[in-house]
Amino acid sequence: MTRFLPTSAADVLEAVEWAAAGETPLEIFGGGSRRGVGRPLACEHVLDLSALSGVTLYEPEELVLSARAGTPLAEIEALLAASGQELAFEPMDHAPLLGGEAGPRGRSGTIGGVLAANASGPRRIKAGAARDHVLGIHAVSGRGEAFKSGGRVVKNVTGYDLAKVMAGSWGTLAAVTDVTFKVLPRAETEATLVLRGLSEADAAHAMAVAMTSSGEVAAAAHLPETVVGKVLDGGFKGWRGATLLRLEGFSPSVAYRFERLAALLAPMAAPEQLEEGESRKLWREVRDCAPFADGTEKPVWRVSMAPSQGHQMVMALRMEAAVDAFYDWQGGLIWLRMEGDAEAESLRRQIAVHGGGFATLVRAPAATRAAIDVFQPQSEALAALSARVKAQFDPLNILNPGRMYR
Amino acid sequence: MSGLVMPAPDRKTLARREEIVADMRVIVPGEGVVAAETAMRAFESDGLTAYRQLPLVVVLPQTVRQVQRILKYCNDRNIRVVPRGSGTSLSGGALPLEDAVLLVMSRFNRILDIDYANRTVTAQPGVTNLGITEAVRHEGFYYAPDPSSQIACSIGGNVAENSGGVHCLKYGLTANNVLGVEMVLMSGEVVRLGGKHLDSEGYDLIGVVTGSEGLLGVVTEVTVRILKSPETARAVLLGFPSSEQAGQCVADIVGAGIIPGGMEMMDRPAIRAAEDFVRAGYPLDVEALLIVELDGPGAEVDHLIGRVEAIAAQNGSTTCRVSQSEEERLSFWAGRKAAFPAVGRISPDYYCMDGTIPRKELPRVLAGMRELSEKYGLGVANVFHAGDGNLHPLILYDANKPGELEKAESFGADILRLCVAVGGVLTGEHGVGVEKRDLMPDMFSEDDMNQQIRVKCAFDPAHLLNPGKMFPQLHRCAELGRMHVRGGQLPFPDIPRF
Repeated sequence: MTRFLPTSAADVLEAVEWAAAGETPLEIFGGGSRRGVGRPLACEHVLDLSALSGVTLYEPEELVLSARAGTPLAEIEALLAASGQELAFEPMDHAPLLGGEAGPRGRSGTIGGVLAANASGPRRIKAGAARDHVLGIHAVSGRGEAFKSGGRVVKNVTGYDLAKVMAGSWGTLAAVTDVTFKVLPRAETEATLVLRGLSEADAAHAMAVAMTSSGEVAAAAHLPETVVGKVLDGGFKGWRGATLLRLEGFSPSVAYRFERLAALLAPMAAPEQLEEGESRKLWREVRDCAPFADGTEKPVWRVSMAPSQGHQMVMALRMEAAVDAFYDWQGGLIWLRMEGDAEAESLRRQIAVHGGGFATLVRAPAATRAAIDVFQPQSEALAALSARVKAQFDPLNILNPGRMYR
Repeated sequence: MSGLVMPAPDRKTLARREEIVADMRVIVPGEGVVAAETAMRAFESDGLTAYRQLPLVVVLPQTVRQVQRILKYCNDRNIRVVPRGSGTSLSGGALPLEDAVLLVMSRFNRILDIDYANRTVTAQPGVTNLGITEAVRHEGFYYAPDPSSQIACSIGGNVAENSGGVHCLKYGLTANNVLGVEMVLMSGEVVRLGGKHLDSEGYDLIGVVTGSEGLLGVVTEVTVRILKSPETARAVLLGFPSSEQAGQCVADIVGAGIIPGGMEMMDRPAIRAAEDFVRAGYPLDVEALLIVELDGPGAEVDHLIGRVEAIAAQNGSTTCRVSQSEEERLSFWAGRKAAFPAVGRISPDYYCMDGTIPRKELPRVLAGMRELSEKYGLGVANVFHAGDGNLHPLILYDANKPGELEKAESFGADILRLCVAVGGVLTGEHGVGVEKRDLMPDMFSEDDMNQQIRVKCAFDPAHLLNPGKMFPQLHRCAELGRMHVRGGQLPFPDIPRF
């Protein structure tokens, strides 16, 4: 086994050229916190980008940051925080769920990994995902050619946006060496409005009311009875459920909107308030799927659907399989933990009959991930198109081969 | 670009025109095929009117099945196709080709689904941008991207061009507001990308299709995210003795954590032209005018207005007016919104550019433009989406004077090169089209462009969709696919092996 540890984009190019010459598969490795996602790789050689590290440009007033792909997320977030800024898409940390070790400052992962996974968090419904904030990339394709796309400005329609194609490609198209992201001011403060004891159907309704109000709700989640005790150190223990709505911004605005939203939702349940500190902790736990970070390898699915359909799909699925579930993104992101088998077929059938969407098996033993489709199977035409796109970046199939599709 | 070279027409296709027209009439019965020269004149150019070309035939399909059959027919016979929405492109994205079918999507004009609970609208591609907002306005919703052509431009065209508008900094471009796309590939196959849910199940193909300028497929359905209209919006009108001070004010507003709904700058020639035209009450003794619009809950807007006023004062603003009514807010915008026609009044013709720069480079770029203005002997007025660095220099010229159009185009190309040189890009929202096609090598290396063209090869391997746009040269896919293995030496011989 060879572990390449490049320290420059030129080194990455050289390594991929070598791999291409021998048609030798490479596993692309960043911080390793998401290594357990996808179909298991059987690569003898690893392209470890962790030494390709460092912020290369940060101009707070221009709202832009560039970094080498292997730069730890912790380093970037600390730098941004010092200027009162952040990555607004609130990227999930996969380490707690997948049993990885926490990185510095309790934050794992690299900025390249964030892009490869198209990571996001509860604010996805308002602010978008990594794909919405990436402005430009430099990368090396599986052909062993260095290319760039995009730039460092927000408004740019010059040529195809290949940076977005990298988002969620899990290192199967190119080895990204440098990324540029839009960064945004971090909200001055936040508060969470909590509704106690709603059923999943009532919670879906409450979240829809909140999201269609002018309250600018920046996150909407619901934790059903079986999950509600697993956040905030058991602070909600014994509740029938907790519906959570986050408000962020300048303090006079948050106070004003909280009052308006509370009045709007009061007929459903008595609104309670979590102050800034608890609110931040809670949403970190929701972001990182903490309720299912149980140290096991029980299958965990991440399902994206139209928000109004989520709880109905889960209700139907419960008739067929033993599942535990909670909801983010107004109900459109469903985290499912299976008690037994992964039940991929039942789940995907139920998603299809409930308006469509997709399911990704984020956690499971390697044997399970090898046996079933971790990523949502696509229609014949779309699967063929995706395969052609892959072949245009990586014709020899040497970059993370098989991680997404067989 | 006056020396614009388009792909040579295919003689075989031209020779078979009658047969192709007849076949199109079979696929699209009724009024959907336009072949008479006089009727085709309406389609000979888009918003970039300097270029005109009659197409082979104009076809206006009404069903997805018809689009599939047209594309498959053309694919099988090696006939080129140019897709067109409303034809408002400012970069020649829908400029016809002599040997190409012009596929006009304007009859796809229905809204298919409005879903308030999930905050989505699903529309056919010919629905106008404003049509989406109008369909949901009574419930207090709107569609955020608002290109200035929104009354006419189509949502399908917005996807093709990744259209922007004045609200991009806060609300994103088209790419950030599209959830789902149905498109027909050149092969006639239909693919559905996304839907009402967030994110893609596989590769983010919506990300590359948005802004692909009609080179990858023909969009037949779009699902967009709608937003609740802000509770209130107020604008601040600021005047500065220099563009440096105005630029610093913008930087300080953003640095203070404030993201305005819109932030627009105008320079002295643009201010004067607008004021002469609409009497918006703009100060005439300033070098730069800034309109900062804050939207959101009333309490927030009031709070931020105070902070913006203070930041402006620190930066030496000589005019500072806060809109006290909706009427006054609109009057602040009236001049900005009329800037293009206003410039049209002071010059027989104008040529609108669209580069984006890092904001801090504004003084340098404005100075560079002044030098270029002297060199070419043509005036220039600037309007600027200050929040996101998107410049719209308007070059003043007279097309009736021999050589002036060419001079204006060279001037424009130099401005865009300057934008790229300071770390910016060729086009922020108008697209590459034919207009900036030949400048692509100023921004991209051959490897950069080849990788983009390879993506096109995955969608349209015969390069039949909208050729002559975006890329100065389309290398054949077979040629691009060939591997040229370099090196092959094991790198880093000194690294540890395990």
